[in-house]
Amino acid sequence: MKAKHQRLVLVVIAILAIVGAGLLAAWSLRNQANYFYLPEQMAAEPPAVGQAVRLGGMVQAGSIKTEADGVTVNFMVTGNTADAIPVRYSGILPDLFVEGSGVVAEGSLGSDGVFLATNLLAKHDENYVPKELEGMGTDAAAKMAADTTVGLK
Amino acid sequence: MIAEIGLAALWLAAALAVLQMVSGAAGLRMPEGAANPLAIYARPAAIVQAVLAVLAFMTLLWAFAITDLSIKLVATNSHSMKPMIYKLTGTWGNHEGSMLLWVGVLAASGGLLAAFERRLPERTMGATLAVQGFVALGFYAFLLLSSNPFERLPVPAMEGTGLNPLLQDIGLAIHPPTLYAGYVGLSVAFSLAMGALLTREVNPSFARVMRPWVLGAWVLLTLGITAGSFWAYYELGWGGWWFWDPVENASLMPWLAATALMHSVSVLAARDALRTWTIMLGVLAFSMSMLGTFLVRSGVLTSVHAFAVDPERGSFILGLLGLYIGGAFTIFALRAGAVAEGKRFALVSREGALVFNNVMLSAILAIVLLGTLYPLLTEAFDVRVSVGPPYFNPASAIFAVPMLLVMAVGPLLRWREDKPARIQFEAMLIAAVLIGAIALVSFFGQFPFLPLLGLGLAPALAVAALLPLRGRNLTRVPAATWGMVLAHFGVAVSLFGMACEGAFTEERLAAVAPGGTEQVGDFAVTLQSVTPVAGPNWTAIEARLAVSRDGGEPVILAPQARNFWSPPQATSESALLTRWDGQLYAVIGNQAEDGRWQIRVWWKPFVTFIWYGGLLIALGGVLAIAGRVRVDLKRRKAVARGGERRAELEALEAQPVPAE
Repeated sequence: MKAKHQRLVLVVIAILAIVGAGLLAAWSLRNQANYFYLPEQMAAEPPAVGQAVRLGGMVQAGSIKTEADGVTVNFMVTGNTADAIPVRYSGILPDLFVEGSGVVAEGSLGSDGVFLATNLLAKHDENYVPKELEGMGTDAAAKMAADTTVGLK
Repeated sequence: MIAEIGLAALWLAAALAVLQMVSGAAGLRMPEGAANPLAIYARPAAIVQAVLAVLAFMTLLWAFAITDLSIKLVATNSHSMKPMIYKLTGTWGNHEGSMLLWVGVLAASGGLLAAFERRLPERTMGATLAVQGFVALGFYAFLLLSSNPFERLPVPAMEGTGLNPLLQDIGLAIHPPTLYAGYVGLSVAFSLAMGALLTREVNPSFARVMRPWVLGAWVLLTLGITAGSFWAYYELGWGGWWFWDPVENASLMPWLAATALMHSVSVLAARDALRTWTIMLGVLAFSMSMLGTFLVRSGVLTSVHAFAVDPERGSFILGLLGLYIGGAFTIFALRAGAVAEGKRFALVSREGALVFNNVMLSAILAIVLLGTLYPLLTEAFDVRVSVGPPYFNPASAIFAVPMLLVMAVGPLLRWREDKPARIQFEAMLIAAVLIGAIALVSFFGQFPFLPLLGLGLAPALAVAALLPLRGRNLTRVPAATWGMVLAHFGVAVSLFGMACEGAFTEERLAAVAPGGTEQVGDFAVTLQSVTPVAGPNWTAIEARLAVSRDGGEPVILAPQARNFWSPPQATSESALLTRWDGQLYAVIGNQAEDGRWQIRVWWKPFVTFIWYGGLLIALGGVLAIAGRVRVDLKRRKAVARGGERRAELEALEAQPVPAE
């Protein structure tokens, strides 16, 4: 093998690996990225059962109910329309999680139509705000990102 | 007054950066040997600039120490009631202060390089300092034009508005400065790479100059990432040790590039191979530092760390990023062809293994980079996504696993050319440990695939890390080799911690009435009481948990839910019980309507090994630096002694022969 050839082979291998990584990334990002849904979008076009997504909206007034075990809460999330998605979450609630506040729930839709949240992101200080809720007061959360579309098209 | 001194020092330092750039560049135009009258200013300019930039940072530190509320930055980020240590750490807990720290470290490392590095040809040194000055100049402009840390308020504030309480922690004292120093150490590697490329001096002696900087930066990045991971683990109260948060990724990406660069520069120093590849990695590593700084400082991301939200600054850093990275890759493209081919090597050789791992590291870097930037990209098209562990874990593992396997056998191979059959025994041993461990673990239970693989790889890597010492006289193994062994062993230790955490963690979440007991793993956790407590700038409710293992002597844990009042914010303070074989992690939540308290407890076996491993890796790097520096000092002494002897000889010869 000539000197020039070895360098060429190395370059080709490196480029192949990096392009491979890029393709792999692109492919799995399409499958694994969590898309963000508003309640009305989730009602109209529900994601596949078990697919990891994010649901963002307002906690409906009077809807927070704690189950007997003391750690599981059920509540409804509403958006710009009358659609409301039931959410179930087991865990320690963020401090500013109250009725009427904005929330982003990470999790997946169950087969019974209940959104099983594994993590709740709420506005818990002045500096850390879920991006989807940025710059919004509690009652403005409903108007949130009216132009936001779910990335399915 | 003190703030004006700092500001003046900053302007002067910027002016000196211009001088350093012009002077270094002037030397470049002359042929080697001939001296340009301008070229002699580069070194002194770099040294004085370092002193001035450090002085500017010291004045800001002073202003924070005495809480000078006439300075806007102090008024918005500090508070007279804050403990002294957090007043000081608050200096860099904000945008302007941390950028000043960045520039201070940048100038200081440039000054160190100028003052102590004598091995390089003067032209290469001049070009290096010119590049270093050019990089520094951009950041001086950024500070002075858009984020002046010394800005005065027209009327001094009555009281400061405090500091983000999440950041009011000793973790903040260590984590960002360490990372910044690491980022900036890579800037020296970058300048050296550009200097060598511009003057066509890409050779082993240049690599030996670059190596300690890369190693140093890499050690600091390793420590910074380890500290940051542990900080997020206990401070955020979510029980995780790595979140693939964009800011974490911003520190991981330069580390990946620096790891590749460190190995590649060693090959260049030892074997004179991988010349262009080393230069490219040098450019890439610094690009990743710049990108990290951009991601963190521009507020383009949403995350706990992104406390700077200002689009103007974002575009400024983006401009600098484009200028430096674009410029560097342009020079690289123009000059790379002119770099002569280094020494060749066979596929099966230590160089071959290192190249393979370099490529794998770059692939992981690409995976992390794309995953981090993807949400930003889609947001431009109004599609909001988040990318988390379901993407990062498998995608990076695809490249990490072959990399780790090659890492196991690579150090056993010979340089230049080797036969696989020669290391047959070692390879079989490693494979046996790997398969045996996986079989043993799967015998005891069902575990997810990646942790299971990790549990198999960890002992195999630990054995493999020690194999290079086999059959050698341990007292005569060079320090640098010990460093490699230790760092590779640290990877195994860290991987073991990660795999155990993933496979064996037990969690209990329950609402408990005072006096109630919950069981998690071998531990019985009893809630004794919940009481309000107060600190210097917060109030909290504190739970007293009596934890006993297998009915043994109970230990009290006291997790808190804190409310800070300046600025108003709530945080969860976890309580940790560390045992040799793991950690119990407890947090307290809200009170349910019926008076019970939410308690969340995890038992995480061997989770501490993740950070012990990180420390071992860093220690390995320190040993490698120490070994190299010692060899270099010895060499310098020998050269000096040789010079003396020659001078003596000449003096003897020059003596007039006595007349007979």
